[in-house]
Amino acid sequence: MNILALILFLLLGGVVAWAAERVHPSAPRWVGLLTFVAAGLYVAQAWAGGYAYANQYIEWIPRFGIHVILSMDGLSLMLVALTLFLGIVAVVSSWTETERSHGFFQFNILWVMAGVVGVFTAFDLFLFFFFWEVMLIPMYFLIAIWGHEARAYAAMKFFLFTQISGLLMLFAILALVYFHYAATGLLTFNYHDLLGAAISRDVSFALMLGFFVAFVVKLPGVPFHTWLPDAHTQAPTAGSVILAGILLKTGAYGLIRFVVPLFPEASADFAWWAMFLGALSILYGGYMAYSQSDFKRLVAYSSVAHMGFVLLGVFAFHEVDGVLVTNELGMQGAIVTMIAHGFSTAALFMMAGALQERLHTREMSRMGGLWVRAPRMGVVTMFFVIASVGMPGLGNFIGEFLVLVGAFKASIPLTVAGALGVVVAAVYGLVLLQRAFQGTPNPDIPAMRDFGWREMSVMVLMMAALVWIGVYPQPLLDLAGPVIELLWEAP
Amino acid sequence: MTAAAWSALLPYLVLTGALLVLLLVVSFRRSHALAMWLTLAALVATLGALPGSNAAGVQDIDGFLTIDAFANFFNGLFLLAAIVTALLGYRYVEARASRAHREEFYILLLTATLGAMTMASAAHFAAFLLGLEIVSISLYAMIAYPDEGQAPLEAAMKYLVLSGVASTTMLFGMALVYAAVGTMAFGVVLGASADPLVIVGQVMILAAVAFKLSLVPFHMWTPDVYQGAPAPVTGFVATVSKGGVLAVLLRYLVETDLLSHEALFLAVSLIAIVSMIVGNLLALLQDNLKRILAYSSIAHIGYLLIAVLVVSALASPAMALETGMFYLAGYFLMTLAAFGVMTVLSTGAPADTESLASYAGLFWRRPVLAAILTAAALSLAGIPLTVGFIAKFYLFAAGIEGELWALLWALVIGSAIGIYYYLRIVFSMIRTPDDETAVEGSGRSIEGIAAASVLGAAIVAFGIFPTPVIDVAREAVRAFGGFGE
Repeated sequence: MNILALILFLLLGGVVAWAAERVHPSAPRWVGLLTFVAAGLYVAQAWAGGYAYANQYIEWIPRFGIHVILSMDGLSLMLVALTLFLGIVAVVSSWTETERSHGFFQFNILWVMAGVVGVFTAFDLFLFFFFWEVMLIPMYFLIAIWGHEARAYAAMKFFLFTQISGLLMLFAILALVYFHYAATGLLTFNYHDLLGAAISRDVSFALMLGFFVAFVVKLPGVPFHTWLPDAHTQAPTAGSVILAGILLKTGAYGLIRFVVPLFPEASADFAWWAMFLGALSILYGGYMAYSQSDFKRLVAYSSVAHMGFVLLGVFAFHEVDGVLVTNELGMQGAIVTMIAHGFSTAALFMMAGALQERLHTREMSRMGGLWVRAPRMGVVTMFFVIASVGMPGLGNFIGEFLVLVGAFKASIPLTVAGALGVVVAAVYGLVLLQRAFQGTPNPDIPAMRDFGWREMSVMVLMMAALVWIGVYPQPLLDLAGPVIELLWEAP
Repeated sequence: MTAAAWSALLPYLVLTGALLVLLLVVSFRRSHALAMWLTLAALVATLGALPGSNAAGVQDIDGFLTIDAFANFFNGLFLLAAIVTALLGYRYVEARASRAHREEFYILLLTATLGAMTMASAAHFAAFLLGLEIVSISLYAMIAYPDEGQAPLEAAMKYLVLSGVASTTMLFGMALVYAAVGTMAFGVVLGASADPLVIVGQVMILAAVAFKLSLVPFHMWTPDVYQGAPAPVTGFVATVSKGGVLAVLLRYLVETDLLSHEALFLAVSLIAIVSMIVGNLLALLQDNLKRILAYSSIAHIGYLLIAVLVVSALASPAMALETGMFYLAGYFLMTLAAFGVMTVLSTGAPADTESLASYAGLFWRRPVLAAILTAAALSLAGIPLTVGFIAKFYLFAAGIEGELWALLWALVIGSAIGIYYYLRIVFSMIRTPDDETAVEGSGRSIEGIAAASVLGAAIVAFGIFPTPVIDVAREAVRAFGGFGE
């Protein structure tokens, strides 16, 4: 598979979509949709056709030993597939949302996604950082131009948080490369060369923290989560879908791909604290979600809680023969949680956007009894609320269950705290459903349109994906398996 | 002088000759367009003489100038900046200056460029001072160029007085060093000297340099002069006059190894850190784009001092020179692009378009100009896809190699603060304007838009493929004293 071509195709699609606005105001969204569908089919065909490990290696800036290294292993493959699928969802969910600059809107969606595909496939640290930052600028525009009332503040906060933590990561990347250079005389940003870098324990701990902070800000984990509720609430629907479905996963991906393998010992030393932050995120996110009256804010805080499971699973180092090693079950749980959360939260944000478009409010106190008016929306919401609560048989359950089983071997108190979070999730999930869709219908609500075939078709696809992961997760575990085994061997 | 020396000197001769021709032409036939095109031709011809000058190798001209690829790298930057300034200035000067004296703008532009080129190759205190004064005196007049309004006059006056003080201080410092060492040529190693005359003299010279580079605490003039000067001239002040001083500073420090003196190293480090932090903090408080860019330039030159400090922190100054050259090239591109957009928007307006509020909605009114200013702002903030990122990357790489941890932390903190106000510039362009009363000129300047577009494209192109610039810089470093591999 030609990954570079895939990324360039998305970038080109963005330019075409922008230009297409001159032809017709609705042309850009068709360009956006077709671009994602075509790219998605390309990846799907590679996946179905027995998926071969793709790899590209091109010289870029020889002065610093920087190459364009794009590879795709199982983990990258499933995340890229998720990205492209949610690209379709993002375009569909904002089909009628934009009032102006339709072309530039689609341009930004496509460029964010191109950046994300790059993040998931870059195996040169410079290239990774390049994509990591490139995906932020279009996201900033999505929030700042098409966002809601407090968009300026939210966009600025989002950008500042991610940029500043990004600077720390850049510092850490360069220091890692330099120390590796000082030890071996080889100036390189190649991930595989840097894997076994011999660095003193103290330095490696400091560098690990530089990466960790950047990824946990993006994840986000408590106490670096404060940008998320604002950004989510203010972003347009497509922005929220991308943010929750994909951008948060880049943080989780970074932890799995970079922090643990590059700094196995430092990660093991830090594991308890990382798990603690994970458990804290689960409980605090759940508590905050429960106390929200804004539909989108509630879902945003629930994301903090769900991403806490990722932290818990990734850092569930346990002792084998006196050595701390990564936890296979925890890792697999974290990966499944990433994918499942991508679907369930994207769907809920799409729902929030659909409600806002119809009712012009996100306040749940001004909703109520919507099930009667829009039964299809009610059913869909119920499905995804139940999924995100962690009902067995749906994807999120598999992820959280595996994480908890894995974490149990590492720390029982933190596992108990995490498990309590599942209970809290049931509370805020049902509160959401009850306040918005059940109860007495609010007489002030105008007659509203139910979901049409356009919305239902993406929703049904996402439901099917969650059921598939929930009932038969083995294909995902098989894809992630080799990646995790490599980690297991690393220390 | 040998033939090789003559060909090394050719760019200087071409520019001086063209200057005289322009002077004569202007005295006999006053035509604004003719003067502008002659100036462009002169600058392009001078650029054309640079490769030949490089081919002559390192040429020592009577101990006064050292012309080498290092000097010519900077010369190239100065000439390109002058071309941009001439293109930007054309419609601007036409609108702001009376018919009687439009053409002299280009004469001043050429003399200022010649002065900066002299500094880039200075190997002697006399050449240093000569170049510096040629630049400064040309700038006094350029800043005060517009006919109307008090601000330009006030800015020129301020610059004249303060810059005069700085030059005098520098001259006195040079005299002290001469008294102690007995020569005014650069080639004497002074790093280990404990002679109080040398140390006091060096401190005075460095203080004057810090003034010209507008480093904290010698930065007070910067925002006022930036604001008062006409936009195209501000861009020139921000780039060429500082670039010239930086070129001579790098050469001087390499030749004298001055910063191996511990106290001086500490002092320069402190100035760098304070400039990065104070420059960025004060930029936060501004609502005027020129003042924002003024404070941001203080911070950027502060960042650049990391490269200057690495000169002595490493065994070989090659990395330091390369970093300084690349950073300065990037800084030239983004600063000129920002002032270019401002100039185009100010063309035809009674006053410069400088308040952030007047940029509201620019994205929807003038998408091309807005995109260029966005690229410049993101580049100044150091975001990937722009040359500013590669430049910052260079600084990190050089700083880590020199293990200047405190400076790197200041760089991180400064950049973090900077993101906020650079993003404010971008946001103000996508915002819908509060009212339609924003004063705006016709903005019709084909030459200006063309120049700004090329700069914007270069910011992105070199942000993705920096190798051509890196190669040129490395080649120049290799020529300079045989550093490098």
